[in-house]
Amino acid sequence: MSTGPSTQAPGRMARFGEWIDERLPVSSFWKAHVSEYYAPKNFNFWYYFGSLAMLVLVIQIVTGIFLTMNYKPSAAEAFASVEYIMRDVEWGWLIRYMHSTGASAFFIVVYLHMFRAMMYGSYRKPRELLWVIGMAIYLVLMAEAFMGYLLPWGQMSYWGAQVIVSLFGAIPVVGEGLAEWIRGDYFISDITLNRFFAFHVIALPLILLLLVVVHLAALHEVGSNNPDGIEIKKNKGPDGVPLDGIPFHPYYTVKDLVGTVVFLGVFFLVVFFAPEMNGLFLEHANFEPADRLKTPEHIAPVWYFTPFYAILRAVPDKLFGVILMGLAIALLFLLPWLDRSPVKSIRYRSPIAKLMLGLFALSFIGLGYFGLQPVTTVGTIASRLFTFVYFAFLLGMPWWSRLGTAKQEPERVTYESH
Amino acid sequence: MKATRFVAGLLATATALVLASQVHAAGDVGHIEQANNELENSASLQRGARNFMNYCVGCHALKYVRYNRLSEDLGLNEDQLKENLIFGADKANANVNRAMTSEQATKWFNAEPPDLSLTARSRGVDWIYTYLKTFYVDESRDSGVNNLLLAGSSMPHVLWELQGLQRAVYRNETVVADGGFTEEISVFDYFEPLKAGTLTPAEYDGFVRDTVNFLDYVGEPMKLKRQRIGLMVLGYLVALGLLLFALKKEYWRDIH
Repeated sequence: MSTGPSTQAPGRMARFGEWIDERLPVSSFWKAHVSEYYAPKNFNFWYYFGSLAMLVLVIQIVTGIFLTMNYKPSAAEAFASVEYIMRDVEWGWLIRYMHSTGASAFFIVVYLHMFRAMMYGSYRKPRELLWVIGMAIYLVLMAEAFMGYLLPWGQMSYWGAQVIVSLFGAIPVVGEGLAEWIRGDYFISDITLNRFFAFHVIALPLILLLLVVVHLAALHEVGSNNPDGIEIKKNKGPDGVPLDGIPFHPYYTVKDLVGTVVFLGVFFLVVFFAPEMNGLFLEHANFEPADRLKTPEHIAPVWYFTPFYAILRAVPDKLFGVILMGLAIALLFLLPWLDRSPVKSIRYRSPIAKLMLGLFALSFIGLGYFGLQPVTTVGTIASRLFTFVYFAFLLGMPWWSRLGTAKQEPERVTYESH
Repeated sequence: MKATRFVAGLLATATALVLASQVHAAGDVGHIEQANNELENSASLQRGARNFMNYCVGCHALKYVRYNRLSEDLGLNEDQLKENLIFGADKANANVNRAMTSEQATKWFNAEPPDLSLTARSRGVDWIYTYLKTFYVDESRDSGVNNLLLAGSSMPHVLWELQGLQRAVYRNETVVADGGFTEEISVFDYFEPLKAGTLTPAEYDGFVRDTVNFLDYVGEPMKLKRQRIGLMVLGYLVALGLLLFALKKEYWRDIH
């Protein structure tokens, strides 16, 4: 249909659109947040993980709804109901594997997303709140994953929960009472399973969704950072549009679609060909039903918690270990105020900053590895070393971030068209 | 590009971690033999089902498995199923229950024989294969045998007529323990046959391999199906990806 002369009355659809817009700000919202939200044009590989995290959230919610239709949150029936889903429910195995793989995928994507922010200084002014809200999402995500892991009611579900909840018992005076209050019982029981189910399927997902909306609201208020770590809003054209900004839609929607398909390729490679990921995504011992009288030889949390678990085990004193583990996460919240570097992006930071970030990433991976292994002398020494590096990075940041000479930031973002 | 190199490094690290954890899982139990079973071999699966129903189901149930699912997946019709696999009065849609009751189990073995629906997933096929091959004569046990993998196992050597009986021979070895101490430990060396069974060792290996293959299938009945579907899904994603990549390139042509 050709666009008619302006004298012609608007079509039916246009009039319907106007009717809606007078009552609900649909098109202005679309403009502000999608078609006229200007994002820097120099996003690289690392900028896929935000949209991918949202994709995984949707996968988890949708598969979770279908799992809930057949899962029974009771100690007597939970394990059998998961096997029922795997064997007797139409496509149940696919739904379950997508959900279990999705849990690990969520953490992979979120860890890469967080590392991106650390590389390009995306937590720096004016994005401090954006980072803090993101950290809150990460915290809720950990609670969500931890409680979800109890639901299959396998041996690792049970004993993992037992170990983690008992950590609260290390807190002086109130600890034991607190652990009992969380469990609702003297040990992990049917009551614990029921409340964890309630948190996992409704309470935490609601908070998670709310926080994601707030995270996006904060992002769209300040605008996205970019690999050069410079503000595109400093250079605006006569129309007020940043010169290095491009509309999110269609440019980043089509680009993110490519990233989505590549991600789904890897995701489904795991779902269809290695859903257990050799015991990393689905632990072997979790194919045995929970048994309160039989402690497994080697209890390890799922891989995404093991960096913190390794910190806990590296400390001989339980209370001090718990404190250090808590600090390892709590200090990350303060990152925007710990960093005193004159430039944001790793591209222009001093060699010392590059080295420190590299060591930090290495220590995180190293802790994750040793957290999966049974306790050995070598493992403990390595974990202590990595714990030291981890904390040296965070606590020493106000000093080392000022050391060395930073390179000159460019006036405009670096971009080569291709 | 730097980012690409970093991701390649990350992937390499992840792969190394997965491999390392695999080595660890195998190293935990010492003497382990490879089952090398083939899930695609339906004749082997049928033999394995027969073996299970003849030797195992008296004490071990497969409570998450239905008989009619077996017939469907193993390519048997209902008459074959009733004739060859269902020995009790069970209906075709019943779950595979054992003959023994819990009271009898406690009385006879002082232990509850585990359900075997998921053993191939919790222990692994190599473990079951090795377990069934490493019963040896031990007069101190009530059952007269012990097991190399699961010392003190309550299970009698149900398959002894097929395998025959064997004796475990040990040797002494000095090892450096964690912490730098040296210890003298006795290590399993080899099995010495005491009494031949009705099957040759090679035939017995095949018998156990078929049984393990069946348990592998039972642990995850949809395994072959998911791999078949997986190929189609990945093929679709590759095609869609190429199309979307072309679309992205077309749009981004305007950006300079």
